[in-house]
This record gives sequence, structure tokens and C-alpha cells, in this order.
Amino acid sequence: MAAIDPRQHPDLIERAAHSLAPQTVQRLREAWTPSSKVVRFAGSPLALDGGSRLETFQVAYETWGELNADKSNAVLVCHALTGDQYVVGENPVTKKPGWWETLIGPGQPIDTRRFYVICANILGGCMGTTGPASINPATGMPYGLGFPVITIGDMVEAQVRLIDHLGIDQLFAVIGGSMGGMQVLEWCARHKQRVFSAMPIATAPRHSSQNIAFHEVGRQAVMADPDWARGDYHGNGKVPRNGLAVARMAAHITYLSEQALHEKFGRNLQNREARTFSFDADFQVESYLRHQGSTFVDRFDANSYLYITRAMDYFDLAAENGDVLANAFRGTRTRFCVVSFTSDWLYPTRDSREIVQALNAVAANVSFVEIESNKGHDAFLLEEPEFFATITGFVNAAAAHRGLQ
Amino acid sequence: MTSRPAPRATACRPNEQAQRTGKCASMTSEPLDIHHAAASPRLDHLLIAEMVSHGSRVLDVGCGDGALLQLLTDTKGVDGRGIELSRERVNACVARGLSVIQGDADRDLADYPDDAFDYVILSLTIQATRYPKTVLENLLRIGHRAIVSFPNFGHWLIRAQLLFTGRMPMTANLPEPWYASPDGHLCTIKDFADLVTKIDAEVEDAVAVNARGRRMGLKRSIRLQNLFGEKAVFVLKRK
Repeated sequence: MAAIDPRQHPDLIERAAHSLAPQTVQRLREAWTPSSKVVRFAGSPLALDGGSRLETFQVAYETWGELNADKSNAVLVCHALTGDQYVVGENPVTKKPGWWETLIGPGQPIDTRRFYVICANILGGCMGTTGPASINPATGMPYGLGFPVITIGDMVEAQVRLIDHLGIDQLFAVIGGSMGGMQVLEWCARHKQRVFSAMPIATAPRHSSQNIAFHEVGRQAVMADPDWARGDYHGNGKVPRNGLAVARMAAHITYLSEQALHEKFGRNLQNREARTFSFDADFQVESYLRHQGSTFVDRFDANSYLYITRAMDYFDLAAENGDVLANAFRGTRTRFCVVSFTSDWLYPTRDSREIVQALNAVAANVSFVEIESNKGHDAFLLEEPEFFATITGFVNAAAAHRGLQ
Repeated sequence: MTSRPAPRATACRPNEQAQRTGKCASMTSEPLDIHHAAASPRLDHLLIAEMVSHGSRVLDVGCGDGALLQLLTDTKGVDGRGIELSRERVNACVARGLSVIQGDADRDLADYPDDAFDYVILSLTIQATRYPKTVLENLLRIGHRAIVSFPNFGHWLIRAQLLFTGRMPMTANLPEPWYASPDGHLCTIKDFADLVTKIDAEVEDAVAVNARGRRMGLKRSIRLQNLFGEKAVFVLKRK
């Protein structure tokens, strides 16, 4: 397995940059040469669930804390649909704080003074790990729709290569919320011996029909935008802004509860005294969603959005295991902590309960808590003291069992 | 769980409640003794801990605040798991590092495979289940042994209260009025022994505790235990 820094092999990037619009090159800089650590794999292709292979690929990742001498204190964080590897510290693109600083960092429930925390951008992403915005070595141009359709399992296999590269045999913990939780489950199903403890949070063992439906709305919004150009928008320097923004707006609604929206906005008007009798953003909630849409477009690649939502739609852990979810966990020795939130209607508690039932069916070591919250699916990213207490207790007990200080 | 209307409590700990509130203490003959004996760790917990072998796999159904699981983990080094109905208690258990899930004895025991545990414990909970017989059968399917403790409704004080007052008895072990109590399936020691024979199980060990917190081996006279035992702990196994 050769692992080389792509920055030492810039020919491909230079050639692509030469034939693309300057604003495209600027936009794809993080996808090609991320600000984070990056490892490039060549000579050992990644075989994908869809049947094709990636001959070469790179994984962009970030780490915090120190790996201990026997490499037993590594925690892998799996990010969600639009997340990235910048869990802690300023995000180089948005300049905002890391997306899980509530949970991870010095003195936090997952303490970076104690654990070696790793987070990699997912396969198919646009923050440095190979995805549709990366340069296809065969054409010298961004993959676009030439990128193979991937699965959650493929994302995990790319992470496995990174963990191998870091010389870590067994991860002390794998944690993730939402799509990150799907990766956690896939890790536990495919690489049982390599996961000492697992925290799948606000997630599901499969994408429901409703989940797929929302994603399809988002994808159709992107594809209906003429600037999408069948995925080949990099050449002309444009991006399907409107389509991707609408996709994000629709998705954002699913991340919040009705109560959270009501409490935040109600029917309040946006910077005006009365209705304008137009299609302007009269209501605060409209203005909020438009803002969410437009800021998202600035940081995310439209094709990545298509590929990652597809991977989520294809996720069905039971189907991968003879239609019996428990089969996915048979023989597991991993300690599980499953967490759901009461107002999460995207991946409701019954989805987590299904995971727990499957784990019970193989007598796995499992904790399961439902956290009372009115914040909807996004609760897992927000200030929820009871959630933090749960994770702290679970992690400390698991660390004691693992013999960690 | 959330989709079910008004699920039955499976985790009622009447005597805990009595300890918290001090309610009904005056209604027992020797309230102080039993309360002192039960204070941290609880007497029935100590009895159960004696019956569990070191390093075994244990499932505590209706584990409450996790006190018994903690005791078994600390003193017997067990691989312990718990099920508890109350979300607050589950969260507290997990926060203290115990492997506990939110669940319902009536519904969730069916998920577990045969022989998954050495002991399945149902501590002062069976009287609050909707289907005690099914629960008991599941305990014996999942575990090599089932340890069941319950308040004895045949205790003389309860008999006397019903006889002389003509009202539903309230004691330290049964502190709630009839309309607020989750205990829909109270039984006497004799009743329980009958059920054990009905489900083709056998009693491996049994202990009753009197109002003074004194142990009474059931090997003596079951009639006396049924009269003077406030609580009973049975160890059962499949025939």
C-alpha cells in the first residue's frame, strides 16, 4: 500500500486547473488539496459495493490528542451528510467553530487529552477525500457523474484504509450521528473485532421510504437547475446554486422539529411591519431557510450532495445481512450505546429501538437512552446536558473495561 | 414504547418509594427495622447478590436506578445488563456506566435469545407486569436461572388489614393506594410457588424475609413463610 501526499504530485491538479475556470479552481481547492491532513492510496484499489473500483483515492482527515503507546485510545468520529473532518477548531472554509465541539475537545465528554480522536471526510465528500469533485485520473478533469455511485459501506472501507495507515488495530470507539451513525453500524457489522465500543446516535438501520422521498426532492431540485449541466458544471465555472439551495432548504426542515420552528420563528415577519403581498421572504422562517440554502451552496459541492444522499438511500443493514438485522451483529463483542431524541422525526426513536432489538437478539452489550429534547434531529449537535452525561458515563465505563487511564 | 398507550410499569420499587417519602411507615409492625436493613444496599439486593456466582452474565429486568447491577458488578464482577421502563432512570444508569436499555419486561424480553444469561433477575417487579406468567417463562428461557423477588401479599399484616379494615392494604412494601399502584398482579408466596410448578420450573433456592429483616429459609414451612415473610426471593431453573 503506497501512501503518498498528493501535494508532492501536483501535475494532475495543475493540468486540470489550467483548463477550468479560475473560480472553479478556487472552489475546488479544498477538495483537491485540503487544509487538513491527507493520505493518498495507490496500488491497492478500493472495491466498491456497486461493482466498480477506485484505483487511486485520497482520504482527508484531522486528528486531535495523542495516540498512546499500545494504540488503544483511538476514537473515530463519523460525520453526517454535510459534515466534514473539522470536528474541533475553526473550519477552514466557513471559519466557524468545529461542528461537534459540544461533545469533543479538551475536558469534553470525549476528552482529547485522553483520547486520540480521528475524523475523516467521507468518500464522496468535497472536503479533500475522493469524491465527484476530485480529478479523475483517467480524464484529468473532475469526475462529475463519472464518479461511481457509492454506499455507506464504501465510506467505511475508505476509513478502514486510513485506520490501517495509522497503524491502529482496534478503535476504542466509533461515534457518529445521523449518517455518521450509519457508518458506525456498518463498522460494527463489517469489522467487529476492530471496534471496542460504538455510539450510533440519532440514526437508523435503514433509510425509510420517507427519508428517500425527501432526498429525491433535493436531488431533483439540483438536477432541475440548468446550471447543473448533467453534473458537468465545473467546466463553465458555474454551480447549480438555486437547485442546491432548494435541496438544502427542504432537508433543513427535516432536521428541526415543528416545535423548534414554531418557537424560533412562529409566524413572525422578517424586518417588516406588514405582509408585502408579494413572494418576497415576508416570514422569518422563509428568510432563515433562504439563508441556510445560500450559505450551504458556498461550501458544498452539488454532485457530492447527490452521491451522498444516494448512499444513504441505499443503506439497509438488514438487507445486507440476509434480511435479518440481528445477523449484522452476530458474534459482536462491541459495547454499544444507542441514543435517540424524542422530537427527531427524521430518524425517530423506533429506528433506534430496532437497532437495540437486533442487538438484544444476539445478547450484545448495549445501552439505549432516549433523550428528551424539542430540537428535532439536530439535537445531537446541540447543547443537551443529558446526552452529554450519557456519553460521558458510557465512555468512562468502556475506558475502564479497556484498561485506559 | 412511545406508541403504546399507558404502558404498565415494570420497575416499581415500592419500598424505595417508602424510603424516599417515609410514607406508610406507621402502618407496619416493625417499620424501622426493615427500613434500616434495606438502606443502601437493600436487603433483597444483598440476598440476590449472595445467590449470584462470580463473573456470571446477568440481566436485571426492571433495574431501577441500577443499584443492584452496581452491587453485582462491584462485589461479583458480573457482566451485567439492565432493562428499565423509566427513561430518567435509564439515563441515570447509563451515565453511571451501566449497560442499561429503556424497555418493558412484558414486551422486550421476547427479543433475547435462549440461554443468553446465567441469571435473569426480576427484583420486586413481577407484580407490576401485565403478563407475569409469560414474563417468568421468558426469564427461564433467556437465563439458566431466574431470580425473582416479590412482596408477599400473604403476609399477616396485609391479611389483617383486609380483614379488619375491609380496605386494600397499604404497607411499607405496598405504599400506594389501590388506584395509584402499578402493582396489578400481587401474589402470595404460595401463589408464586404454584405458578412455578405450572410453568414446569423448579425452585432451586428460596428465602423469605420477615418484618425484622430476618431471613427465613423456605425449606421450613411454606405456610409460616407465607404468613410472616414480607418479601420472598426465589431462584428458579428449568426442569
